[in-house]
Amino acid sequence: MADASRGPRPRPTSPSVWIWRWHVTMVASIAHRASGVALYGGALILMLFAVSLASGPDGYAAFKGLMGSIPGKVVLFGLTLSAFYHMANGVRHLTWDAGAGFEPKTADMTAWVAFAFGLVMSVGVWVLAAMTGAL
Amino acid sequence: MVVRSPLGRARGMGSAKHGVGHFIAQRVTAAALVVLVFWAVLSALNLARGGYDEAVDWLHSPVNAGLAVLLALAAFWHMQLGMRTIIEDYFARPATKAVCLVLNVFVCFGGGALTIIALLKVALGGGGVSV
Repeated sequence: MADASRGPRPRPTSPSVWIWRWHVTMVASIAHRASGVALYGGALILMLFAVSLASGPDGYAAFKGLMGSIPGKVVLFGLTLSAFYHMANGVRHLTWDAGAGFEPKTADMTAWVAFAFGLVMSVGVWVLAAMTGAL
Repeated sequence: MVVRSPLGRARGMGSAKHGVGHFIAQRVTAAALVVLVFWAVLSALNLARGGYDEAVDWLHSPVNAGLAVLLALAAFWHMQLGMRTIIEDYFARPATKAVCLVLNVFVCFGGGALTIIALLKVALGGGGVSV
C-alpha cells in the first residue's frame, strides 16, 4: 500500500477486439450473450403463443400460420439453436461456479462441447419434427 | 486535489452485499430452465401437429399448465437478470443506464404477467377433459 497516498493507479485497459487473437472461449462468451439476447425475443414468442391461444381459434390460427411460414421457421430454428447452446454454456458456467473446469485446455474443450451440443440437439429436434409431421 | 482515501472512494461505489440475490436467482432459474426447456421443446413438437382444440386440451392438463406457468416465470425472471447485466456492462451514462434498466423490468414483468394470465385463462377455462 506504498502508493495509497498518491491515489489509485490507472486501471488496466482491456485489449481491443480488433487486435485480440480470437479464441474459442472468447467466441463462446460472446455467443452466450448473443443467444441470450435472441432468447429474450424468443420469450416474446412464448407470450404470443399464450395470448393468441387465450384470444380464441382465429388468433391461434394466425399465430400458427406465422410460425409455420418460412421466415417463422427460420426464426424458430435460430431460437432452437440459441436455446440449446445457451443451455449447454449455462451448465458450463454452473460448473465454473462450483470451482471446476478453469484449466485452459478444459475450458477450450467444454466450449467446443457447448457449440456441438447446440448444433446436434437443434438438428436432432428439427429432424424429429420432420419425422413426426410437426413441420 | 482529491482528499479521499482509496477506501473512502470505494465506499462511495455502493454496497457489495446486494449482488448475492441476483447471483443466486440467476443460477436457480437457470437450473429450472434446463429441465423446463426440454419439456417445452417436446411440447412444442406436440402442439405443432395439432390445432386450436388440441392446444386448449393440452393446457387443460394441470401438469402442462403448471409447467407452462413455471416456464414463463423462470424464463422472464432469468432474462430480466441477464439483460440487466448486459445493460450495466454496456451503458456508461447513468441516465441511459437507468432508463434501460427500468424498461427491461417493464418488458420482463409485463411480458411475464401477460403470458401467465393468458395461460391461466385457457387452463382454467373449462370444457376440457384431459389430465
